[in-house]
Amino acid sequence: MEAMTLLQWAFDTVLAVTLMWVAWKALASEDLFKGIALFIAFGLLMALVWVRLEAPDIALAEAAIGAGLTGALLLAALAKLESGSKDSQPLQVAMLVKATTNTVNKQILFRWLLVLLLSVLVAGLSYVVLSLPLQAIGLSETVMENLEASGVSNPVTAVLLNFRGYDTLLELAVLLLALLGVWSLSNLPEQHESAPSKVLDMLTRLLVPLLILVSGYLLWTGAHAPGGAFQAGSVLAAAGVLLLLAGWRLEARFAGLFLRITLVLGLAMFVTVAIVVQLAGLRLLEFPLSIAGTLILLIEVAATLSIGMTLAALFFGRRPRTDQADAGTNK
Amino acid sequence: MSLTNILTILLLTAGAVFFLAGTIGLLRFPDVYTRLHALTKADNLGLGLLLTGLALQAETWTVMAKLLLIWLLILLASSSVAHLVARAALQRGIKLWKR
Amino acid sequence: MLARINDVHGCTKFAGAGKAEAMNTAFFYALTGVGLFTLGLYSLIVYTHLLRKILAINVMGSGVFLIIVALAARTQTLPDPIPHAMVITGIVVAVSATALALALMLRFRDISGRVELAEESLE
Repeated sequence: MEAMTLLQWAFDTVLAVTLMWVAWKALASEDLFKGIALFIAFGLLMALVWVRLEAPDIALAEAAIGAGLTGALLLAALAKLESGSKDSQPLQVAMLVKATTNTVNKQILFRWLLVLLLSVLVAGLSYVVLSLPLQAIGLSETVMENLEASGVSNPVTAVLLNFRGYDTLLELAVLLLALLGVWSLSNLPEQHESAPSKVLDMLTRLLVPLLILVSGYLLWTGAHAPGGAFQAGSVLAAAGVLLLLAGWRLEARFAGLFLRITLVLGLAMFVTVAIVVQLAGLRLLEFPLSIAGTLILLIEVAATLSIGMTLAALFFGRRPRTDQADAGTNK
Repeated sequence: MSLTNILTILLLTAGAVFFLAGTIGLLRFPDVYTRLHALTKADNLGLGLLLTGLALQAETWTVMAKLLLIWLLILLASSSVAHLVARAALQRGIKLWKR
Repeated sequence: MLARINDVHGCTKFAGAGKAEAMNTAFFYALTGVGLFTLGLYSLIVYTHLLRKILAINVMGSGVFLIIVALAARTQTLPDPIPHAMVITGIVVAVSATALALALMLRFRDISGRVELAEESLE
């Protein structure tokens, strides 16, 4: 089947070259909007590469989070940058003048030195990568042997939520920390629901229920097929982003305790299960065989809600208003 | 090669031709509105051909139904987004290209 | 159950090709990952605009993930699922870090008025 191998090599080469080309264009483009759009395309090409490397779970996560949500975050930041940059013109002109009076020769020397050092880095890393053994046992057999004891039949979900559950617990904490950081850095929130155009309104009304359904499907099917809590959570976050773009805002009475409970629910559920399991005499996060599947589902449901809410809140960037009466309240 | 495989290859090639035409349109057309026109053709019809070719390879009816759902969703999304982009471009004052 | 997983996770297995080609594909993508990482590193150092730096860090992260997963595809049967789980974790952490970095960038712009780091002159 020589033609098959040749075709596969051609496909791989085209994919890899396009990947590097799009990445370079995204980073080097003059216009930042173009760069971000190319970065989203880069994320989708990465999803293709993940499928090629037999990692469909990662492909789902990359397409939803890496391309979609990161792209939305970057575009929102760019919009905020450009809306506020009108009053900083004098400073920018001063910086420009200062920059051009620097010696250009040193710039060129610096660049060439950098290229030389990075070439050495590429050579070194390539040597290290290529000197690894051609075949590796890895842990796939160990995982498959213990798969029945984990409660699910998708190996990646088993690793994420059972064998390396501690990592996932900490990951939920990292998400929460990032949100706390963003909330501490943000300005005062404004709360006005804007009416969207008719087409956006229709699109939102049609897509949001469907996205919630798809999220539930991904969550349920993650136990035995590619999917899982993170992919489901990111689809839920996409629904949230769509609602926010259509001008919807969370009502003030939900924006206080209810919002915070939903954000913390995933981490809290995980920690509660860990504590209960330890109180029952087992080791940390060791799920007993009979209820492992149920526990994993419980944790995944809570985690999906939290991840969706957290990512949508990260996109929104500001604390939502908890009171509607006083416009000047400092919250 | 069975009839299904031959049909799949033909449909996939036809879909790929549509996408190629859409990409050339994106690169060569003079303004936003004509480019949107090229892109939506590629999105709707090209994807439909592609998915029909894939549906022939599907093993169960549920997979076929999912592929149909994907096509309908992309139809919905791409036409709505094309409308929104064109509207935003008009509001920003980008003029239609006149020869 | 396990047979079904083999179908799902193995359906993209390199059909018809020998194991040698499969191994070479893994190394090919690992080298692409090295290239992406270096590309990102170069852009991180060279550009002063903060948003470009954030883009560059994301590209570096994608390069590292590519190396990890490509090397995980070297196994005989199913790919190693532990690196896959790590990379999924990594993607989520990367998006959180990007969100925080963007918030920091906007705050920096509000305080200092500019969005580029100062050009360092080599004395």
